[in-house]
Amino acid sequence: MAKIEITDLNFYYGDMQALHHIAMSVPDRQITALIGPSGCGKSTFLRCLNRMNDTIPGTRVEGSVLLDGQNIYAPGTNVVDLRRRVGMVFQRPNPFPQSVFDNVAFGPRVLGLTRERDLHELVEESLHRAALWDEVKDDLHQDAQQLSLGQQQRLCIARTIAVEPEVILMDEPCSALDPIATLEIEELMKKLEKEYCILIVTHNMQQAARVSDWTGFFWLGKLVEFDATQTVFTRPSHKLTEDYITGRAG
Amino acid sequence: MDRHLVQRLGFALLSLVALVVVAPILLVVGAVVVRGSGAINWEFLTAMPRDGMKAGGILPALVGTVILTLGTALAAIPVGVGGAIYLSEYARDTWLTRAIRLAIINLAGIPSVVYGLFGLGLFVLFLQFGTSILAGSLTLAIMTLPVIISASEEALRAVPTEFRTVSASLGGTRWQGIRHIVLPQALPGIITGVILGLLRAAGETAPILFTVAAFYLPRLPRSPFDQTMALPYHLYVTSTQVPGMPMKIQYGTALVLLALVLSMNVVATIIRSYYRKRRQW
Repeated sequence: MAKIEITDLNFYYGDMQALHHIAMSVPDRQITALIGPSGCGKSTFLRCLNRMNDTIPGTRVEGSVLLDGQNIYAPGTNVVDLRRRVGMVFQRPNPFPQSVFDNVAFGPRVLGLTRERDLHELVEESLHRAALWDEVKDDLHQDAQQLSLGQQQRLCIARTIAVEPEVILMDEPCSALDPIATLEIEELMKKLEKEYCILIVTHNMQQAARVSDWTGFFWLGKLVEFDATQTVFTRPSHKLTEDYITGRAG
Repeated sequence: MDRHLVQRLGFALLSLVALVVVAPILLVVGAVVVRGSGAINWEFLTAMPRDGMKAGGILPALVGTVILTLGTALAAIPVGVGGAIYLSEYARDTWLTRAIRLAIINLAGIPSVVYGLFGLGLFVLFLQFGTSILAGSLTLAIMTLPVIISASEEALRAVPTEFRTVSASLGGTRWQGIRHIVLPQALPGIITGVILGLLRAAGETAPILFTVAAFYLPRLPRSPFDQTMALPYHLYVTSTQVPGMPMKIQYGTALVLLALVLSMNVVATIIRSYYRKRRQW
């Protein structure tokens, strides 16, 4: 059964319609990649899944997004709880200007997940899962912004994991990173896939092909094609998809 | 003309302008220090004035100014910082918030004597606080608010939106994001604004003229409803209202006030530069 079921989703920035009738079933414990040219709506779509677009004035959503069968746009939905369940990693590594420890501990602290003395365990486990523990364990109280960009991004992933989400949304998580750091994040994603439902927006076609199980191709606010990654990259059913992934369009 | 010559002339002109800006400050401070330092001794700082203020010390004025400044801080900081948080973090951009911002900017431009009359009308007479430390502090607080609000709001806006977004994405409420991430980042800017505002309050004469200041009261204040002497008003009084006043006392008073205000200024500068060095974004 799908972790997230999206039906007839429309999204508007004021009068401008950014998403048209999106329907998609996102499977659990697999990686779903969203590709398409800049401005095609894939990031907007991603931010619909944890209602981060709510914070932008003048936006409007129609349709439904079911998370484990519950519509997250139903009236009375607890948005704070939703965002705990659906975590997000951003394009630019953005640790808070605090220590490594405080960064990871932020979510559990504000949510009151654990007592302060259990926090250390949770922070360590989250850093382990984000494959950063060995690099920072000697000084958890160093300034997070002194880390390399790749480490910072893994720290942001650890910070997200620390609130025990079910879904992780990644918005071009590697676009600010060098190839080595990118590879490290990709390896990490393959590892996390076993426990989480992961969606990644990427401009990097090779990355989508390398890491994802499913691929959705967006074009001008429409979901043109959504299928197993292998199918999309070898036998796309739409001419537009083929043109884009082979570099003839976009 | 040769462009290198133009450049040299330009630099010379700009240096001259900079000198013109700095020179009066140095001259004023220099004159006060030279003429006032002779008056400064332990008695001057710790004794009551005597002989119609022509002798003795300035203790009640010094204590009065410190108390008024603290009272101003107590009233203005919560309201000012709270208002700034509301304007920067919560208020939507409507005609009402635009009107509030416009009002704050205009408040900063109102002559201080108008604040004094307003304080007299509202606090002293209407609310019947009388001529008191309470009325004076509140009047000074209202005068200080625009400075504190503007500086705090600016400091809050300088914190990248990203941090608020991330906090929300982790399930933090808006207030938790403000409390744990935004406020600590904005704090140096807020502190600087607060100190600059209080500094102005400490040196003002007109707002306290009708609301608290005592002409000659050689004792320390006993309650918030008491009158008190204050340094700026004491300076005004000794300079204009008492014939035969030794010049030493006037300059001594000016020096103490100047030292008080400048040292607050230095503290603000240190805080600002300390945090600026640590800031990454």
